[in-house]
Amino acid sequence: MKPPPPADDEATGLPGLRRWRSVYLVVAGIFLVWVVLLAVLTESYS
Amino acid sequence: MNGLDYLVLLGVLVGIAAYGMWATRGRGDLRSYLKGGNTHWLTIGLSVMATQASAITFLSTPGQGYESGLGFVQNYFGAPLALILIAAVFLPIYRKLNVYTAYEYLGRRFDRKTRLLGAGLFLIQRGLGAGITIYAPAIVLSTVMGWRLDATIVCSGLLVVAYTVSGGSPAVNLTQKYQIGVIFIGMIAAFFVLLSKLPAGLGLGDALAVAGGFHKLEAVDFSLNPDRRYTVWSGVLGGMFLALSYFGTDQSQVQRYLSGASLRESRLGLMFNAVFKIPMQFCILLLGALVFVFYQFERPPVFFNQAAWHQAAGHGAGERLRALEADFNAAHAEKQRHVQAWLAARHAGDTAAAATERAAALAANARTEAARTGTRAVLKAADPQALTNDSDYVFVTFILGYLPHGLIGLLVAVFFAATFSSKAGELNALGSTTVVDLYRHVVRRDATDAHYVAASKWFTALWGFFAIGFALFCNLAENLIQATNIIGSIFYGVVLGLFLTAFFLRRIGGTAAFWGAVAAQALVFALYATLSISYLWYNVIGCGACMLLGAIIQALPGVARPADTPAAA
Repeated sequence: MKPPPPADDEATGLPGLRRWRSVYLVVAGIFLVWVVLLAVLTESYS
Repeated sequence: MNGLDYLVLLGVLVGIAAYGMWATRGRGDLRSYLKGGNTHWLTIGLSVMATQASAITFLSTPGQGYESGLGFVQNYFGAPLALILIAAVFLPIYRKLNVYTAYEYLGRRFDRKTRLLGAGLFLIQRGLGAGITIYAPAIVLSTVMGWRLDATIVCSGLLVVAYTVSGGSPAVNLTQKYQIGVIFIGMIAAFFVLLSKLPAGLGLGDALAVAGGFHKLEAVDFSLNPDRRYTVWSGVLGGMFLALSYFGTDQSQVQRYLSGASLRESRLGLMFNAVFKIPMQFCILLLGALVFVFYQFERPPVFFNQAAWHQAAGHGAGERLRALEADFNAAHAEKQRHVQAWLAARHAGDTAAAATERAAALAANARTEAARTGTRAVLKAADPQALTNDSDYVFVTFILGYLPHGLIGLLVAVFFAATFSSKAGELNALGSTTVVDLYRHVVRRDATDAHYVAASKWFTALWGFFAIGFALFCNLAENLIQATNIIGSIFYGVVLGLFLTAFFLRRIGGTAAFWGAVAAQALVFALYATLSISYLWYNVIGCGACMLLGAIIQALPGVARPADTPAAA
């Protein structure tokens, strides 16, 4: 039987991302992708 | 603007406001009036975005892209990290304590006086900022359209006051969702019209090449040189600090995400912003950079605020201004020839010729900039009070000159929708904080829900009238974004310091936190009056001083510890 999630940490409801920590990591990863894409744009057109 | 434009403009603005009032009618209890309480994460996400994105975002940011390129996007690099921290740390505490305002938490964690201090600092800062929010687009749009400034301020102000008072937080959330929808549709339409107006045969790739050739696509700068205005490092560190203050402790934002049906909805609303804030700002800046490309093939005015130019020309500076305009036009025509030759060489694969033509275009561009600088100097000499930064007028000049009728009305509606959405969030937060943290807490503690709802409506209306009055009678000669940021930076740091003390310095009690914050705010005022450092530093100084002074005062003998602090309301 699975333990209930902590009261202050509701399920994310997102497929493949059961914990909020995973959601935060994905969002931080997307931020890094934006920075890399902007760096590529800068490099390509400078 | 013609009749069709006015029909679109009024239809969009009045339609959304009327729908917001109708859909949220009959919300009688305080909880649903102030919180909403059942809001979906997407509505929260759009509402948070709409509250932050004022008309200045859509008037000034394309101008910033036109003038300086994409580098400004780095200022938003701290936002995703701050939003993650708020979702993980701030939000669960707010929701667990079931607070209406962020300052209620200060009361629970510290004491009554600290709660009142936090609420008071917010009311001063946001109350003054609300006047600027309504004034900023009104001055630009009334200048360009030839409307009366006072009528523009009063009409737009009263409409937003009407639906914010009538429907409270649910009306604000609902209208913001549609307003941001209108904003997205308008900006996307402007983007495609802009691409269609570029010369035949000039695709997006060529447009980007031209923008890049004029250094408009330098989006990131990893330099450690502190003299650089925008770098990745200042964006991540400074931007995170600002975003933490704004999204984490400013009631106009806290109220938006506390309206979530659950912690999950609130968190996802914040994560939506963490993901989309940077690309949104990038797209607005790119639009400005592409307007710059467009004006390489169409001659722009030497000074985009044409009303100011004509006024100075009619008061004795006409000869010098027309001479500078002639210089500008000649340099622009030369630049245009070199840009076309550069593109032709690029298409032919002749890199040497392309480099030569690009260098010639850059040299001609320097001459156009020299003529613009000379024009600003003449305008300033003719009227020392004149605003010589015309970047706020770039995008609206393009819209009025080149977009089809109907779409012009939609884009002007975009500017007003952005004003309304941020203004409504501010008024809603000001009314809520006044009632919850001052009126209900200090003046009238045992009234009915209906009484507090009525009081909330009255206070929201009073703040609205105050903002309209401030916009009407205050002579805002400073740069408008800068004025907003200065007011924010003077107060934000101390308020953030209070919250960070509450969250992370558990040994500090209410008395030490309160006097630490008072001393820190006094220090910020004193430094602002005596130093000429960048105002952004006051965020850091205020926050650091608040935490440090609180810790020092706590260490003094006889100061009450947290366990000794009486339970606060």
